[in-house]
Amino acid sequence: MATSMALNEIAVSSASSVASKMSSKPAMKKFVGFHTVALSTKNASFPSVKCAAKVNMAVAVDVSRFENVSMAPPDPILGVSEAFKADTDATKLNLGVGAYRTEDLQPYVLKVVNKAEQLMLERGENKEYLPIEGLAAFNKATAELLLGADNPVIKNGQIATVQGLSGTGSLRLGAAFIARYFPGVKVLISSPTWGNHKNILSDAGVPWSEYRYFDPQTVGLDFKGMIEDIKAAPNGSVILLHGCAHNPTGIDPTPEQWEAIADVLEEKGHMPFFDVAYQGFASGSLDDDASSVRKFASRGFEMFVAQSYSKNLGLYAERIGAINVILPTADLAARVKSQLKRLARPMYSNPPVHGARIVANVVGDSVLFDEWRAEMQMMAGRIKGVRQKLYEALLSKDKSGKDWSFILKQIGMFSFTGLTKSQSDNMTDKWHVYMTKDGRISLAGLNLAKCDYLADAIIDSYYNVK
Amino acid sequence: MSTAAAPASSVPAGARSGWWEAVQPAARDPILGVTEAFLADSDPKKVNVGVGAYRNDEGKPVVLECVRKAEQIIAGKQNMEYLPMGGLVKFNDLSVKLAYGDTAPVLEEKRVAAVQTLSGTGACRLFADFQKRFKPDSRIYIPVPTWANHHNIWRDARVEAHTFRYYKPSTRGLDFEGLMEDLKKAPEGSFVLLHACAHNPTGVDPTADQWKEMSQLFKSNGLFPFFDMAYQGFASGDTVRDAQAIRIFMEDGHQLACAQSFAKNMGLYGQRVGCLSVVCDNSQQAVNVKSQLQQIARPMYSNPPLHGAQIVTTVLSDPELKEQWYKEVKVMADRIIGMREALKSNLEKLGSSLPWKHITEQIGMFCYSGLTEDQVDRLTKEFHIYMTRNGRISMAGVTTGNVEYLANAIHEVTK
Repeated sequence: MATSMALNEIAVSSASSVASKMSSKPAMKKFVGFHTVALSTKNASFPSVKCAAKVNMAVAVDVSRFENVSMAPPDPILGVSEAFKADTDATKLNLGVGAYRTEDLQPYVLKVVNKAEQLMLERGENKEYLPIEGLAAFNKATAELLLGADNPVIKNGQIATVQGLSGTGSLRLGAAFIARYFPGVKVLISSPTWGNHKNILSDAGVPWSEYRYFDPQTVGLDFKGMIEDIKAAPNGSVILLHGCAHNPTGIDPTPEQWEAIADVLEEKGHMPFFDVAYQGFASGSLDDDASSVRKFASRGFEMFVAQSYSKNLGLYAERIGAINVILPTADLAARVKSQLKRLARPMYSNPPVHGARIVANVVGDSVLFDEWRAEMQMMAGRIKGVRQKLYEALLSKDKSGKDWSFILKQIGMFSFTGLTKSQSDNMTDKWHVYMTKDGRISLAGLNLAKCDYLADAIIDSYYNVK
Repeated sequence: MSTAAAPASSVPAGARSGWWEAVQPAARDPILGVTEAFLADSDPKKVNVGVGAYRNDEGKPVVLECVRKAEQIIAGKQNMEYLPMGGLVKFNDLSVKLAYGDTAPVLEEKRVAAVQTLSGTGACRLFADFQKRFKPDSRIYIPVPTWANHHNIWRDARVEAHTFRYYKPSTRGLDFEGLMEDLKKAPEGSFVLLHACAHNPTGVDPTADQWKEMSQLFKSNGLFPFFDMAYQGFASGDTVRDAQAIRIFMEDGHQLACAQSFAKNMGLYGQRVGCLSVVCDNSQQAVNVKSQLQQIARPMYSNPPLHGAQIVTTVLSDPELKEQWYKEVKVMADRIIGMREALKSNLEKLGSSLPWKHITEQIGMFCYSGLTEDQVDRLTKEFHIYMTRNGRISMAGVTTGNVEYLANAIHEVTK
């Protein structure tokens, strides 16, 4: 008799088999079907029972529906911090997740954030639901930060902005919209890219493929490969671009290269989807870091832009960001916004208020805004400083003539070292340096004091491990 | 395709044109759209009995004292680092203790997978996605009526949804025979959505005996109980009493799942704090299930927001604050019970010939008035009274100041 209680079903270990490629478990096939199955359990207390029309009462209650759910592999990025915490070695260094650290390697809450929270406490604001699209003051501020307050797109209302759950949630809303309204359209992502991009697109049901990006020979941009792959994609694809401070490589196109990329997108009728997670954090300047997005907007592109305030305002935990869609008319913007809301409602109903209020308070007060700019410059400056020191340490220790200048050319929190997986493993196993297995190090977790040690670890791993 | 004075076109000939043609303006959300309309109304007599957010007797939103104290305690103390994907561990522990009981055997045996979620919505969605991923051919059974967003959630999760009878219009009470009949027809391995207490939108809850009968049916027919508990403490004023349905099912050995929300009972609406828990065979399985729930959360929002979870954790882990919370939740529940009595007695005083005892028999924030859509529309147009078109009145929006006006208006449209 057909039963939907297919208890010998083998569970999928991960939504994205690409994300789980680092796992030691092979991705298992999901077994779907209707037929008589033998009810077997791994628990010795319950003998095998042949499944008939009605299952024995004791078994129905005592055997979980989810008994065959296997352990998911640890997240390749967030799992690194967990492993770091478990390490007891004194020399350990966490260059895993991209969260800013001070020179003392402590987490940093921006002073303007403390001030904004204090203001909020004193005002004693209520905790009512936000509208589905989020806090209006935040949405206005975030669009203006992105494009500039006097941008014609904003003046003409040609932008749909919906508060999202940081960058991840904003990307997910955009992806869900693409799945629903551009069914079959493919999104091209850079190779490599932030690992979660693939999960987001997969879970949203959006097909994706990759365009070449990182050139291991130069430890720089494979511009030729990138252009070729974007040209080869079917007309009207969506191209996911990092607005600044590419994650994980730290390699950004030059302004001329951005123009050329825009030319190809125009020629092919592609739509850009910008992921802007580091505005202000990369160079220290909010405007400079938004230049790629603004260039594309001024060239008349319709596009998606996901923003995050995790890094530039240090609001990692409060999940604050936005999905923006730039459109030809205000009417279209209203329609698109209404449909984004329809996607958000069955996900979380309305977004959390705390982070949104902090951003709105900081941006809305000119004194706080100036202080924020200064703190961003400080953070970006510290990272540039450790890049410089690391570069000098590598140069002084490695006399082979290898060009380590990519450390200085790359921008933002991350550096793609070019280390392979086994070399990265060596970094962790031998040197207690925690990083992701794609060779990415987070410079935000490095301080001047540890640059020498890190240089030693990199040189050892690069030269002595195959 | 737009023909307005757009900037230089990005859609050359031959390429995909008109990206946005298929995008129509979405209909207003039936619940949240009511508040939007209310806010736009300038009439001084307007009354909002639409969305389920508590108001005090002055019609003002309330932030609980225990919450304000908690916020002072945590101010400036924490860093802003990412929470784990499954949220604040201490929050999850306290949440499930609240739901299942401090000394529940399943907790002592570590058999519960629990993750912090974006309030009740996020908990339901995470579970719906989990159900789709691991039991892709299973069905969800949803009561009629239910909170409208339940259908959106399971539909977007692409789970096949069926319904079961719940509300009986003729009695304005529970259609228990219909419920049992419909659930008996559900195939083994089906999942059933149950409101743990204070059913939304009807306010009609099964009795303890009815819950027990349902529990037996679920056992014998292999049905999975999924509890949406959005009003624990808020319904009767007693958190233990409001969780009795869950405790009954637990005693019968069910391995259930529960979505908890702290939006109403702690007044943390905008902070989006909730918890999804799944009872498993054993502690290893609980670890597995939790890891898979995290796997679903990661591409949705990576990790949940911190602030609200910290507030709940502070309140529930401090004995004094917890005691204060119990008192404040009872005040809210009692005020609503008082307003139910006032509305009913006002309608009776006006000489309404219709039965109104359901107003006080129903429980929680909502009263399923039995008003038709036309009557609701008249209430809005003629009296500037806002409620959802299914006749659901949010009793939290009723005050001593507006209860007479409300009763009058209801009488006018129903006599």
